[in-house]
Amino acid sequence: MRELWQFTKLIRSKNAGPFELTFDIMFKDEASFRKVINSGKLSAELIAQLYKVERKQVRFFVIEPLLTIKISIPRPVFSGDVNDTDVYGGQFHGPIVKLQVETS
Amino acid sequence: MKKIRALAATGNISSGFREETLVRSVEQGAHFIGCDAGTTDSGPYYLGSGNARGPRDGTKRNLRIMIREGLKAGIPVIVGSAGHAGGKPHLDWTLEIVRELAKENGWHFKLAAIDSEIPKETLANAYLQGQITPLYPAPPLDENLIRQATRFVAMMGIEPIQCALKSGAQVIVAGRCSDVAIYAALPVLEGIPKQVAFHAGKILECGSAAVAQRFYPDCMAAELDQDGFTIEPPNPDFRCTPQSVAAHTLYENADPHHLVESGGTVDTTDARYEALSDRAVRVTGAQFVEAEKYTVKIEGAALAGYRSIVVAGIRDPLVIRQLDSYLSGLRAVLERKIADSLKLSREEYTLQFRVYGANATMGPLEPCPQVEGHEVGLVIDVVASTQAFASDILPIVWHTGLHHPIPEYEGLVSNLAFPFSPPGADMGPVYRFCANHVWHLDDPCAPFRTTFENL
Repeated sequence: MRELWQFTKLIRSKNAGPFELTFDIMFKDEASFRKVINSGKLSAELIAQLYKVERKQVRFFVIEPLLTIKISIPRPVFSGDVNDTDVYGGQFHGPIVKLQVETS
Repeated sequence: MKKIRALAATGNISSGFREETLVRSVEQGAHFIGCDAGTTDSGPYYLGSGNARGPRDGTKRNLRIMIREGLKAGIPVIVGSAGHAGGKPHLDWTLEIVRELAKENGWHFKLAAIDSEIPKETLANAYLQGQITPLYPAPPLDENLIRQATRFVAMMGIEPIQCALKSGAQVIVAGRCSDVAIYAALPVLEGIPKQVAFHAGKILECGSAAVAQRFYPDCMAAELDQDGFTIEPPNPDFRCTPQSVAAHTLYENADPHHLVESGGTVDTTDARYEALSDRAVRVTGAQFVEAEKYTVKIEGAALAGYRSIVVAGIRDPLVIRQLDSYLSGLRAVLERKIADSLKLSREEYTLQFRVYGANATMGPLEPCPQVEGHEVGLVIDVVASTQAFASDILPIVWHTGLHHPIPEYEGLVSNLAFPFSPPGADMGPVYRFCANHVWHLDDPCAPFRTTFENL
């Protein structure tokens, strides 16, 4: 029963400009990286569902040399708009930190 | 073979650097000192309001050291995105500090100021001529929305900075400017290939952020040649690793391998990062793909209203367990009171309950919006068309909220804990980013106006 954060050395979200959000998930080592990729739990589909965007709006990058997964989506609300909740976009990664990677 | 040594004072001029690091790095033979002063990260307020993000004294301290060392070594100092948003008032704010420094220290030099604010009529005409196109995603924009907005800037590439350098400017203060362009302008002018200069610029632009462990903000330096660049932090306490440098290319970019700049795209797909020592990294292999048509990015801010807020805590478990119905009941009472006493309909203001402890951080995207703790923080957020309206709505909101009942209790209750007296504050104007567009140009310098001054 291990969660995503237990495989990583960094999980962060951040504005990529005022109109996009990007998530960087950097893994501790090759084994952790493979384990999460092979589990299929962290996927473009999951991000689309969690952040209520269309699947085709999710850009999902696997960066092997850096043992990193990077995911970018349009911002749900543009940065600083009247009903924005997080101007820097730095806390949108919250719901994926405890993602169940292993179920047994 | 010519080598160019680029020095980034820090990631953002307001965050500062260690004086001894900058002095040492200049002494080691830097060819110029660059520093970014802005970003859109802190939201649209600065661009809209024209206010600079200080602190002024901190900015002045950093500029004093950079200019003093630049003049001593006879190398240019380049500041981009002056005053945070790079509009005319932000540029003027920075220029005033530079002039003050020159006067106080008896310095004499040629100052170039590059204004990047775009008059609304100019932009509306460019729009009508089909020169303005949206990026993705972008808010709607047309000539009328342009005229109704507050302020626009264009983000310059390397060319206006190069013109200022060719004119012999020793200190260049640029309005809104690509972070990368601050560091690529001089190397490209000196014959360094664009793929090297732009990739190095991307790593340098956050100062010491590309080190393995950044204990505090400080300088960063790179030596550029025809084939690549070597990056090495001038502070001996810091070190770069291939991993730390490569990872920095991901930061704040939607696409990890393609960095779109005015005039072309830096493609780092095949870039190689090799350790030269335990603290220096050699970077090669990026490509620069020239754009078919030169574009500059447009940023704009439009007024969205005026805000007043109240901060309150709720600790009563009976209120917390029915918080949704408590707040929706309160909202209904408030709408009636505001209509009765201020003659404002629901369409003339927005009233948001931001519930910390439930879903204030993620709003409607929060997967677990139920309160689990023993207390919640409540920010009541009012935005109206004038500050007077927002300020007038506020006491109705907090006083009604304070005494709004729950069914379990009889008699007058006080259900909100205000940490402050007065409970609320006026936050001033609220802006929204109203453009994520590019402007197609024949001349990369056309939107920008450079003025020179001999101090």
